[in-house]
Amino acid sequence: MTNRYLSEAVERIQPSGIRKFFDLASSMDNIISLGVGEPDYATPWNIREASIASLERGMTSYTANAGLPELRDEISRYLTREFKTDYNPEEEVIVTAGASEAIDLAMRATVNPGEEVLVVEPSFVSYAPLVSLIGGVPVSVSTSIEDGFKVTAEQIESRVTDRTRGILLCFPNNPTGTVMTKDELEKVAHVIKKHDLIVYSDEIYAEMTYDERHVSVPALEGMYERTILISGFSKAFAMTGWRLGYVCAPAPVAAGMLKIHQYAMMCASTMAQYGALEALRNGKDEMLEMVESYRQRRNFFVSSLKEIGLDCHIPGGAFYAFPSIKSTGLSSEEFAEKLLFAERVAVVPGNVFGEGGEGHIRCSYATSLTQLEQAVDRMDSFIKSL
Amino acid sequence: MKKEMELLRLLEKDGRMPVKMIAKLLDVTEEDVEKMMSDLEKRKVIVGYSGIVDWTKVDSPEGITAMIDVKVQPKRGVGFDEVAERIYRFKEVKALYLMSGTYDLSVVIEGATMSEVGQFVSEKLSTLESVLSTTTHFQLKKYKHDGVVFDDGDEDHRIVVSP
Repeated sequence: MTNRYLSEAVERIQPSGIRKFFDLASSMDNIISLGVGEPDYATPWNIREASIASLERGMTSYTANAGLPELRDEISRYLTREFKTDYNPEEEVIVTAGASEAIDLAMRATVNPGEEVLVVEPSFVSYAPLVSLIGGVPVSVSTSIEDGFKVTAEQIESRVTDRTRGILLCFPNNPTGTVMTKDELEKVAHVIKKHDLIVYSDEIYAEMTYDERHVSVPALEGMYERTILISGFSKAFAMTGWRLGYVCAPAPVAAGMLKIHQYAMMCASTMAQYGALEALRNGKDEMLEMVESYRQRRNFFVSSLKEIGLDCHIPGGAFYAFPSIKSTGLSSEEFAEKLLFAERVAVVPGNVFGEGGEGHIRCSYATSLTQLEQAVDRMDSFIKSL
Repeated sequence: MKKEMELLRLLEKDGRMPVKMIAKLLDVTEEDVEKMMSDLEKRKVIVGYSGIVDWTKVDSPEGITAMIDVKVQPKRGVGFDEVAERIYRFKEVKALYLMSGTYDLSVVIEGATMSEVGQFVSEKLSTLESVLSTTTHFQLKKYKHDGVVFDDGDEDHRIVVSP
């Protein structure tokens, strides 16, 4: 794609590899999709109702650029309560149009053209393109199934140069479901401090950990001042379509991001913010119910994958399994395409998530047990047919 | 104990869930599940398994359900328990609860017709010695029962593949 009207930055980035699978799968009927990166719940009713009520009361104007003060206040307290962070709601919290905008803000506010940003891969598809868009250079730090897709201090250090600005981390991880323990994170934090890097910590799946509590990067010693925390309501509260997230950082950095946000976005959707307020005030019980169900489905799905002969590390969080399909001799794309045509099961080929993803497929288990059971049966007969 | 609570929550949602599935969901063996279940049954924590039926969907007389607010005179020594027992022994009584508020017992009755329910109230319930008054409400339509929404569309609105 070249066009004389397009900027060089836009021409430099590629459309997401997920797009191709979306187009393929959308054209077919009766498929079971394990390709969906969002909860299978509708937003809890009390949250929807609170948003409706705000419309009825005529709360339809802009909010402060950084978001409703009471929402920022709740976010700050929620994060402190759940993850032991300490952010001042007045100066260090910005409500954004999803965590996606938050990542963009963080990049634009801190990275200069030519500077490198380490991206721990496999990773969410938007990180590297967002770095490229502002003239930064994404540098992949590849993890692998041998380490359970955890990133190590050595791996990071081997990619650091004098142009390295920061590192993008996402744990619990999309697409691998990997979580990092406090101990593991502290070792990583040590090299990050040593090289004076910024951490962009995408913790959108923080609530969804199944074996141990999530450890938030800014809560680690000496990390608050160099961390930009990115999160939101999409996953934990099943609010993907609301497009509501937030970003937290020390006041001067937050002020920088707020400048971009106020010109580019003005403020996040007001009705969505009222819904989010209800989510934080009264949404915990239902959120915990959803998390329990994801954990059960994780247990079911991962043990079933092993039964049909796919090697899979145990994902400690999010709602993805990332099994290896190397034993089939197929590439990720071949596997995903053949599986789709032969058995009508949609998964996402691991290579679209960057280095370390090849040889794997991402399966979201955020779908009904009936569908999961059928999907496993179909994958089983597919593998046997090879 | 934690697994036991999880098991109860699963069974409350789906009493027919196969043991094999439960074992996988809870990450325990099938024998563990069998043992927990029989233990819970013995301790009467699990007191039964039943289906949730939408009778309006089958070709049979659907019957009628009434909820009756009953005021009673409790008795010294036995309180409400004695009269409660006298009421719940009738096979027409599907559920019985002791309530706070303006009345004492909430009785759920199922009968074939309205007059059958009426007859039960006037002849059997009101005539009990401790019963002071009854107020009968007939159910017109069931929208949700035991946490299950009848006629709930379970469509998945999500796009098939997303990052």
